[in-house]
Amino acid sequence: MLVCVIRRTGARQAVAPTIITMDLEIEEKQPRSISEIVSIVEALVFVADEPITVKVLADVLEEDRETIEAAVEELKQEYEEREGGLQLREIAGGWQISTRTEYHEEVRRFLKTRPSAKLSLAALETLAVIAYKQPVTVPEILEIRGVQSASAIKTLLDKKLITAKGRKETVGRPMMYGTSKDFLLQFGLKDLSELPSIEDFEDLAQGM
Amino acid sequence: MEQPEQLSFDFYKEQPQIVRESRDELRLKLGEFAGPLDLLLYLIKQEQANIFDIPIARITDEYLKYIRLMKHLDISVAGDFLVMAATLIEIKSKMLLPKEATEEAEEELEDPREALVRQLLEHQIFKNAAQMLYERTTVEQAVFPRGRIESDENNSETNASVFDLLSVFQKILARHVEEVQMEIERDEISLADMIKSMRKRIFEGKELNLLKFFEEMHSRREFVTAFIAVLEIVRTDSVKLMQEATFGDIILRKV
Repeated sequence: MLVCVIRRTGARQAVAPTIITMDLEIEEKQPRSISEIVSIVEALVFVADEPITVKVLADVLEEDRETIEAAVEELKQEYEEREGGLQLREIAGGWQISTRTEYHEEVRRFLKTRPSAKLSLAALETLAVIAYKQPVTVPEILEIRGVQSASAIKTLLDKKLITAKGRKETVGRPMMYGTSKDFLLQFGLKDLSELPSIEDFEDLAQGM
Repeated sequence: MEQPEQLSFDFYKEQPQIVRESRDELRLKLGEFAGPLDLLLYLIKQEQANIFDIPIARITDEYLKYIRLMKHLDISVAGDFLVMAATLIEIKSKMLLPKEATEEAEEELEDPREALVRQLLEHQIFKNAAQMLYERTTVEQAVFPRGRIESDENNSETNASVFDLLSVFQKILARHVEEVQMEIERDEISLADMIKSMRKRIFEGKELNLLKFFEEMHSRREFVTAFIAVLEIVRTDSVKLMQEATFGDIILRKV
C-alpha cells in the first residue's frame, strides 16, 4: 500500500491532512508463512532443470538467505520423514529432487534407459588426479600416472567433466585443468570438499 | 588369419590384447591404463614384497622377464617400459655399490629406491581414488531427476545437436562425393514426398538413424533434400534429435 499525505497549504483554515491511498499495481505483499515458503521452494526445486541454489531461490521469492535455508531444511526433513520415492538433496552447489536409489530398477525399466557408458580405467585415474590436484598441467599428470594421458584427457574434455582453468605461469605456460560442474553432478557431489580426503587413500596404499 | 592371442596379464582387470597390426607386426594393446608403474605394482603384489623395502634385485629381474617375454613374442614395447627398465637397473646397481665412507659428518645417503617408492605410492593412491569415483558413479546412476518439461527445450543442448547434424552431413557429403555413381536421370524425389516418407518411417519404427538414412540417398541432390527434410521435421514435429555419444550416430526419435 502506498500512502500519500497531502497537506493543503495556503488555506486560511487549518485542515487535517488528507490521507489518500493509491492503489498502484504493486501486489499486496503480506509476509508469507514459513509453510508457504516451504511449498514454493518445493515447487521451484521441482521445476528447475538443474540443481537450484539458495541464492536463486532467495531472489525469486524475495526473501533473505536465512529464511530460504530454514525452509529448505524443513523441506528436507519432510522428505526424509515421508520415506517416499523421492529425495531432496544438495548436489553441485544447489538443491535437487530426484528418485531414491532403492527404486532405480523400476525407474530404469520405465524410462527404458541403460546405464550410460562408464569411463575407462585410464580416464577414471586421470580424472582422480585432476580432481585432487587441480589445477594441474598435463606434464604433472604424466608424472603421477606414469603414462601418457592425452586420449583420456580428451575424453574427459568431451564429456565436459574437466575444463581448462588458465595457464600456469612457468616456462612454456602450459594449460591447467580442473573439474567442472558436470563432474559434481555425475559423481553426486555437493562440492569438491565432499570428496573423501586423499589421506584415506594413502592409508589404503600403505596397507598394501 | 588366425585369431589374435590373448595373453593374460592381469593388469587390474582390463585384459590387454595382442592384435595384429600388419602382416608381420603384432602389437600389445595395453591401452593407456597399463604403464610401467602398473606393472611394478602388480609384480610387487605378486612377489608379496614390502613396498617400503622393495627387493630391488628380484623385482628388477621379474620386470625384465616380462619385457623379454613381450619382445620374444614380437610385441613392440612402449618406450615408457624401457625407461623404467633402465631406471630399475640403475637403482639395483646403486644398491650394490659399497657405501662410500666420508670423512665429514656421516651423511645419510638417500635410499636409491626412494624416488621410485614415492612414485609408486602416489600412483596407488590415485588408483584407489579412481575406484572411489567409479563406485560413486554406480550410485549416482541409480538416481533420477524429473523428466524434461517444455522450458528445457530452450537450452543450448538441443541447439548444439543441430550443429552435430551439420557435421554429420558434412562428413557424409565429403564421403558421398566420391561414391556418387552415374545414374540415369530420373525424377528427383520432391521435398514434400521426402518428408512424408521420413515421417512414415519414424512413426512406424519409433526412430530413424540419420546416418543410415542419408547413406541411402542416391545423388547429391537427393541427399540435400533429405537434410532439409530433417530440419523441417525437427522444426514442426514432435521428434527429438539424439546423439548417443560424442560423434556417434544421430537418431531422430518420436517423442
